[in-house]
Amino acid sequence: MSTQPDLRRDPKAEEEPEIVISVRGLRNSFGDQIIHDGVDLDVRQGEILGVVGGSGTGKSVLMRSIIGLQRPDAGEICVFGQPVIGRADSELQPIRKRWGILFQGAALFSTLTVAENVQVPLREFYPRLSEKLLDEIAAYKIVMVGLSSDAAPKYPAELSGGMRKRAGIARALSLDPELLFLDEPTAGLDPIGAAAFDQLVRDLSKRLGLTVFLITHDLDTLYTICDRVAVLADHKVVAVGTIPELLALDHEWIQEYFRGPRGRAAEEANEAAEGQAAADAGTGEAER
Amino acid sequence: MSTVARFRDAVEDGRRVLHFEGDLTLPRLGVLPTRLDRLKGKGFILDLAGVERMDTIGAWLIHRTARDRDGRIVGAGEDQQVLLRQVAEADQPVKVRPDPPPPLERVLDQLGTATIMAGQTMVGLLGFFGALLITFWKVAGHPRRFRINAVVERFEAVGVHALGIIGLMSFLVGIVIAQQGAVQLRQFGAEVFTVNLIGRSSIKELGVLMTAIMVAGRSGSSFAAQLGSMKLAEEVDAMRTIGVSPMEALVLPRVLSTVLLMPLLGFYSGLAAILGGGIFCWISLGIPPITFIQRIREVVPLTDVWQLLVKAPVFGLIIGMAGCFQGMQVESNAEEVGLRTTAAVVQAIFLVIVLDAFFAVFFTEVGWL
Repeated sequence: MSTQPDLRRDPKAEEEPEIVISVRGLRNSFGDQIIHDGVDLDVRQGEILGVVGGSGTGKSVLMRSIIGLQRPDAGEICVFGQPVIGRADSELQPIRKRWGILFQGAALFSTLTVAENVQVPLREFYPRLSEKLLDEIAAYKIVMVGLSSDAAPKYPAELSGGMRKRAGIARALSLDPELLFLDEPTAGLDPIGAAAFDQLVRDLSKRLGLTVFLITHDLDTLYTICDRVAVLADHKVVAVGTIPELLALDHEWIQEYFRGPRGRAAEEANEAAEGQAAADAGTGEAER
Repeated sequence: MSTVARFRDAVEDGRRVLHFEGDLTLPRLGVLPTRLDRLKGKGFILDLAGVERMDTIGAWLIHRTARDRDGRIVGAGEDQQVLLRQVAEADQPVKVRPDPPPPLERVLDQLGTATIMAGQTMVGLLGFFGALLITFWKVAGHPRRFRINAVVERFEAVGVHALGIIGLMSFLVGIVIAQQGAVQLRQFGAEVFTVNLIGRSSIKELGVLMTAIMVAGRSGSSFAAQLGSMKLAEEVDAMRTIGVSPMEALVLPRVLSTVLLMPLLGFYSGLAAILGGGIFCWISLGIPPITFIQRIREVVPLTDVWQLLVKAPVFGLIIGMAGCFQGMQVESNAEEVGLRTTAAVVQAIFLVIVLDAFFAVFFTEVGWL
């Protein structure tokens, strides 16, 4: 059978997983205000990495630095093994083909319909695709992210916040990227919508073998879908690891974050869900 | 290494078989979609055994070919099957574009919409004027509520920052009037009357009209854009809920600033034009500055200044109101801010010129020649 390394997500298969994003010694400041000072971070192939931190710790700035929207004062950033800082725009184009980005406010182009929004990256990078195929691709992407089929010809202003986020993710996925950046995808969604969105991200990441860089405040999202979590505090990444690993650390902010009332509620909910899943599996086995 | 997607068309056991090879991924598709579209016939077997990698777009192409041409997919790996199943699930009838209405209907629709919009704008502007007067009345009753700081801030943006450009523009226009006037008047041997031309046209018409156009372009547009963005960001709604009247906090200071500054700027512009004309007369016609100033004082009647001082605040009111009104009409998206800003400037300049014509007739009737 043919092998498909990019479609598989099995951390055990490889001892040394490939590093998709590597950040070294990143320094960012706005005027006198220092945002980052010596941020180091690795994002591995196929994982969902959650980035957390208090307000103003520079989560979005970190993302903007990686995707080349913010020029850092110092430091090195490599995406897919290639440095991105100080490169000419034309040199970044091949990398841009391989990632998709969902901005905080979805950042849909307001003068284009949802379908046209999804087609923008396709048209930009693959001008030879036929109109018919473009329409078909837009249609199935829109259905895939769980938008109702009548959303395609609508303008972003006619959509609700949750639908806009889904449309944003459809656009981010239009090139079938290997790497997906999500900036607070569940912020502003109702809990049901947020849970559905988490499910969607996990599904897509599993199906398409995506690596996901996910900024969030949402503890439920962290517990349910993130493989590892990076904590930004004191101008740097103070810890990266699974949630149990982070809980074992003696860091004031981390403890407060995960041990606070909301953190505990999310943990309990997750345990309950996992217990339920295990129980279901158990009964399933027994019946068979 | 990855290779470009391609397929071999073969006949095996009496059935057409398409052997796909290479990477069925977006960057490697090449001409595959076109070739697939050009294929004739039905009932293919699609053999994916040679496919190395596949993404959703590749899966979609396979799925579509199988669907439209009665094909059967064989040799798909486990992951490929999952992908194919997923795109099959996502294959639902989706209307991608809004239906275009028939041409005649569209023309009529646009005509009707434009007419209604024009009517609504006029009514809206009138209503806005009324609301502004009421607000002004209320604030006049409670002078403590008057936001002097906001008004002074606007003074700087509308007035002080405009001095340079308005001065330069009027200065140059003054030179042009003097030069063109001198050429024409020379034919009658009446070059000295260039001074009359400069003095009267600058103070009476040009100064205030040019200023109005410049202020509409600088400040009217910025009012519309500012208020429009604030509406989009729900700032105006936030203000209302806090109990601050947007009319009082946003609109009144802006309109007041243009109303109060237009006479000053208009007069300044007239002076700059006279200065430009004077310098031209001195250099080109040999009229010394002292003589020029004396002549100006003789030929420009005080009524010209009164005309300027009556017209300018009215123009200021129109510019400020058009800008704020259009800004407050923004509802949906960023594109509308742009459209409304344009509309504010066009409306303001149009109304200013219409009113200027009206004033010209009026002042002549009154006897302010």
